[in-house]
Amino acid sequence: MNIKSLFSSGGEQARDSGPHHQIVISSRVRLARNLRGHPFPGWAKKSDRLQVLELIKPQVEALPEMDDALSAYLQELTALEKQVLVERHLISREHAAKGAGSAVVVDKKQMLSIMINEEDHLRMQVLRPGLQLRNAFKVLDKVDSALENKLNYAFHPQLGYLTACPTNVGTGMRASAMVHLPGLVLSEQINQVIQAINKIGLAVRGLYGEGTEAMGNLFQISNQITLGEPEEEIISQLNKVIERIIENEENARQILLQQKPGTLLDNIGRGFGILSHAYAMTSKEALNLLSFLKLGVDLGFFPPERQTEIDELFVITQPAHLQGGALQQKLDPEERDALRAAIFREKLKVFPNPNTSKAVIPRPPTEEPHHE
Amino acid sequence: MVCDVCKTNPATVFLTQIVDGKMQKVNLCEACSKEKGVTDPLSFALVDLLPGLGAEQEVEKGATVQRCPACGFTQADFKKTGRLGCAVCYDTFEEGLDGLLKAMHRRTIHTGKVPARLSRSIELGVRMKQLKRDLDKAIVEENYETAAQLRDQLRELEQIP
Repeated sequence: MNIKSLFSSGGEQARDSGPHHQIVISSRVRLARNLRGHPFPGWAKKSDRLQVLELIKPQVEALPEMDDALSAYLQELTALEKQVLVERHLISREHAAKGAGSAVVVDKKQMLSIMINEEDHLRMQVLRPGLQLRNAFKVLDKVDSALENKLNYAFHPQLGYLTACPTNVGTGMRASAMVHLPGLVLSEQINQVIQAINKIGLAVRGLYGEGTEAMGNLFQISNQITLGEPEEEIISQLNKVIERIIENEENARQILLQQKPGTLLDNIGRGFGILSHAYAMTSKEALNLLSFLKLGVDLGFFPPERQTEIDELFVITQPAHLQGGALQQKLDPEERDALRAAIFREKLKVFPNPNTSKAVIPRPPTEEPHHE
Repeated sequence: MVCDVCKTNPATVFLTQIVDGKMQKVNLCEACSKEKGVTDPLSFALVDLLPGLGAEQEVEKGATVQRCPACGFTQADFKKTGRLGCAVCYDTFEEGLDGLLKAMHRRTIHTGKVPARLSRSIELGVRMKQLKRDLDKAIVEENYETAAQLRDQLRELEQIP
């Protein structure tokens, strides 16, 4: 598989929806591994890095999971292609900045991705739609066990798997779920929820955004601690927390529907109106408005089958995807915003107006015939 | 208020995170916040900053070895990057890292997956033997503070099934 065919197929993320997909966009588990006897990539000389790369890459490509995979040295990829991989969460931004001495291998389904010489010699991840942390770990654990037979991992009897950064040492595992929480944001409970999550040692990060600002009401929740707890326990604790957050979000949505239907519909209606009629749309504005459109589908204001277009729009209107679609041409920001707006106008044509018949909101006075 | 990293520029980015019930605060200037990736929430957690900040003092305080024999990495490099040079660095800077790891992870003994071909019990046995030797030595030298620490580490290891 090459990068072009990767680009033209939506990948696992866009196809399935997965359990709890209305609130949990995706689940991700990654493992960090290093080889014994070789300095970590950040400290290694180029010759060391190349040596490690040639040790690891053939073993990764030989995995049965990597049949017909995309396998590329970083220097072979254009900036735009790397950005597409970043936008699909298949490589990190840090990895995208790398050149010779690093590589990436992505399976056909775009579910399993293995970065070679990122911050650690090996960064492997499984990305699944919806809440599937356990399943993602199971798949990844199998890949890890297969590689461990071929590669001599740096493992310490007391500290576990050794990583370049001490924050990853032990299991080398980071599990995370990307959650969509417009209900908790609109009802102004989000800060409370974030504080509670932080208190139990989990991290909450915004997505895509600058600073710590979360865009599109999307949040990434992950474990911080990697040492002293077994993998299964970390996953199961995170899973429990995510399930609680799902409950909280569902409750918040129901309360909004009952107590503030006007606010709710105003956000959904404006999102729909602006996305359908704008001629310039930044990616940030698009994300924030799309979030409310998605909420509109979840709450039944739009037909459920419209979910597909929304999920697709989340992906294809990101900057690099947009430009990939525009014949691999580099566009300036204004051209991008215009193109993005055009895609929204076109795609949203199939959307009916929000069906608000069930909501209790003020209606215009109807002209009823007078009975005399 | 000045930046906690470069200690020269005025701090404009203020971060607070609660980990394990303890509040951690970091103040950064524009340049350092960019360098540390604070502007990129995808890759950012306050804990990731710690090696470059407060916690790295632990490393300075404890470590006596200056340079990793395997890769030439020094404490100064760790201070700068927050990353270690190679697997051996974990042994080289062990003393100082211990406090840092405790602050980050609460516990300092791995209880998760072990590569199948490494028999854990053998490796643990080697480690405990070494600790016992060090403990005996500390007692002979009447270095009771060290001895107490070693005894605690041994107990922690003994609890692993």
